[in-house]
Amino acid sequence: MFLIDCPWCGPRQQTEFHCQGEAHIARPKDPDALSDEEWANYVFNRTNPKGVHFERWVHNHGCRRWFNVARDTVTDRILAIYRMGEKRPKVKS
Amino acid sequence: MAKSTQAAAHSPLANRIGPDGNPVALTERAHLGKINLRGDAGDKAFLDGVARAAGVAPPVKANTVATAGTTAILWLGPDEWLVVTPAGGQGAMESSLTTALAGQHVSIVDVTDARTTIRISGPRARDTVAKACPLDLHPREFAAGQCAQTLLAKTDVLIHQVGDTPAYDLYVLCSFSRYLWDWLADSAKEFA
Repeated sequence: MFLIDCPWCGPRQQTEFHCQGEAHIARPKDPDALSDEEWANYVFNRTNPKGVHFERWVHNHGCRRWFNVARDTVTDRILAIYRMGEKRPKVKS
Repeated sequence: MAKSTQAAAHSPLANRIGPDGNPVALTERAHLGKINLRGDAGDKAFLDGVARAAGVAPPVKANTVATAGTTAILWLGPDEWLVVTPAGGQGAMESSLTTALAGQHVSIVDVTDARTTIRISGPRARDTVAKACPLDLHPREFAAGQCAQTLLAKTDVLIHQVGDTPAYDLYVLCSFSRYLWDWLADSAKEFA
């Protein structure tokens, strides 16, 4: 069983959660000033690394809160869990 | 308008008869008043206001329940609670919360009819629920006075342990309640 440590509820089974993609993607301040390519980069293009990935998760069958996770995409090991609005921590895979 | 809504109140489990005793009993606690409450747990004015209206302040500790008489406040999130009253008590609770929290940044929504409540009790109730629930229900981890939102037989439930027998109140969406009731009744068969 793959346990995820919800910042509020504590360790819960993975099936209670959903991953919602890469974290720390800031919406451009002035979208009108962007070229189509820059806008496409913001909307569609993601880093997709092999190794440490910072991503957003939601405890949707539990407290329905969002938080950030640093996960190793090779081993599926969770390296850090931190709340929305916090800076990405330094982690080693 | 209010009258016709009352007359139309119909339990989705009205015709369900479950195992009724040792080692597992199923009963429906139909039409319990339920109010979804949101506010700032760090704001003393909010906590005091709720305590004035409901008789008890909302629990700040995650996954716990505060009770006062027939009212219970279940923790749903760091800024979200479910206030549970006896059947028919939701209107009075909604207005007293609205009065007590006037002027504050809060949300008070009557969600009585969204869910119904299945009470499962008896010495094998824990084993029956544990078969399809990822929570650790061992008394060391989950005891009377605690609540949790999780999955039970693939259905979203809010579990509140109400007694050490053990007994649990399962808050389930009405549209899933027949399925869950039948699943529980079937799950309990092996213990009969």
